[in-house]
Amino acid sequence: MKNKTPSPYINPYLGGTLLGIVLFLAYFLTGGGLGASAAINRVQVAILDLFASGHVNRVGYFAELGGGDANALDSSAVLMLLGTFLGGMISGLIHRRFKAETRKGPNISVKKRWLMAFIGGAIMGYGARFARGCTSGQALSGGAVLSVGSWALMFCIFIGGYALAWFVRKMWN
Amino acid sequence: MAPFDVVLQLGKFLGYMVYLLVGVAFGAVLEMSGFGDSRKLSAQFYFRDMTVLKVMFTAIVVAMALIFAFSSLGWLEFNRLYVNPTYLLPGIVGGFIMGFGFIIGGFCPGTSMVAVATLKLDGIFFFLGLLTGVFFFGETVFLFVNFHNSNYLGRFILPELFGVGTGLVVFLVVLMALAMFYWAEIAEAFFGRKIPFKKIKKLPDNRAKIFASAGLVFLALFVMFSGQPTAGDKWERLAQKEAKKLQDREVYIHPAELLEAMNDPTLYTRLVDFRTETDYNLFHLENARRVTFDQLSQDIDFFKEMINLPDNTVVVAISNDEAGATRAYKLLRGLGVLNVYILEGGINNWLHFFPVGTTFARELETALPAGQEKLAYLFSHAVGENVWAANPGPETIKENRIEFNRKIKVQKKKLLSGGCG
Repeated sequence: MKNKTPSPYINPYLGGTLLGIVLFLAYFLTGGGLGASAAINRVQVAILDLFASGHVNRVGYFAELGGGDANALDSSAVLMLLGTFLGGMISGLIHRRFKAETRKGPNISVKKRWLMAFIGGAIMGYGARFARGCTSGQALSGGAVLSVGSWALMFCIFIGGYALAWFVRKMWN
Repeated sequence: MAPFDVVLQLGKFLGYMVYLLVGVAFGAVLEMSGFGDSRKLSAQFYFRDMTVLKVMFTAIVVAMALIFAFSSLGWLEFNRLYVNPTYLLPGIVGGFIMGFGFIIGGFCPGTSMVAVATLKLDGIFFFLGLLTGVFFFGETVFLFVNFHNSNYLGRFILPELFGVGTGLVVFLVVLMALAMFYWAEIAEAFFGRKIPFKKIKKLPDNRAKIFASAGLVFLALFVMFSGQPTAGDKWERLAQKEAKKLQDREVYIHPAELLEAMNDPTLYTRLVDFRTETDYNLFHLENARRVTFDQLSQDIDFFKEMINLPDNTVVVAISNDEAGATRAYKLLRGLGVLNVYILEGGINNWLHFFPVGTTFARELETALPAGQEKLAYLFSHAVGENVWAANPGPETIKENRIEFNRKIKVQKKKLLSGGCG
């Protein structure tokens, strides 16, 4: 019989060490760290460019990435995001975690969890652009090269999360 | 020397493949650590499962220790790594917003990508939310663009903030992380496994953990005691390769090429003039700024300006002849500045091609011995840059039928602009 139980996650310190080595390699090979939100922004601009090309050209913040003939997806950051997706999928398949399901707390309905995920995602996306980078591009990468702004931001992410955690405890507990 | 510029060195296709592979490794590690599961991520904020903190800080300290150890050994040029610029208050505000988004949505951008890849439906909704959020940001940023660009401190790292050596900061960050891990284990036992505080084992007893921590501390100590290389040390390491470049005159650009670059709207030319104040006042190129050798080796503001120059910058060192500019070239390269060139034959050669005219200066009758760092023209009064010859315009090259070989190749210092941002 084929084993269908997902494998356990690896030890967090081992995972962290591997992640640290990947981050180091990213700096060593490319001069920059890891990232996700810049590429997500590019994906968004590319989608917008399909429907409202004129609008992309008019809004400076979008035009910078996908204005005129520029292809917003033509960027090393987008390749990295695609890689992240593939890497996640490969690992998910190997460890039998590739399965359509919703992860949620016991006291919240599936639909409500989806709604909250969408709202949280929108807030996160807004914040990531506000801070010029997300947990990976700013906190993780900037943290490793000792950027003052990245460290300040990293502590604020944790403080923000903890500050709100009590109010939304029903979602997760 | 590392860092490499994979797109420039391997071509776009192979370069992009490197990014793809780095991404694959990133995604796989996130997935294996359990970051595709929103419950595991959110548990961090209830102290039940401290995986997020453990993975993140382990990654930060491991990468940091490796980066600075490689830098100490001269295998990696830290000044050429992309360091996220600091915009203090906007970063803090953005950080709080992200913290809220994290606990409400259960992911951060990178982890949601992994959740999408493993078909977690909540991850897919979060990802759609992200696209919406970045869209709204683009639409609304004009409302607070001044605030968003405020508090700019540029490339600003913790050792500068605390006024101590980089090695010490690396060491302290490692100690801080180990202390956090210690408390994270206790918090997990208390909040997650509900063990009464008194019964939690307070002393670490896992051998692997103790050895790993000791290894990290040793690496940090190595970084602390070996110190970070100075511009001079770095030049020594670069010397062999660079000496060949100098010998082959690859970096000596003809006055006409410099003139072309000065008038090229796609390039930013940063002219650094290393002559005496008197010579500089008598005549200099348009927008050239005088810099002394002391400034080059000691002035932190000048140093930061040089390594923060935009990607399309060409730095040109200028002296009356070439010796001074060549010395400056070595120091600039030692600092990790990219795209540095030397004005071939210096100001004397420039004035040979683009003369100021006899009203202002005449050429010395007896030629100076070669390599002499002296102005070969006698000026009747100081003209600074207020003469035609300071920037005679690119058309002069054609008009005077000046022939030269182009040597400038712009190498970018960073590809992943803003990492995440």
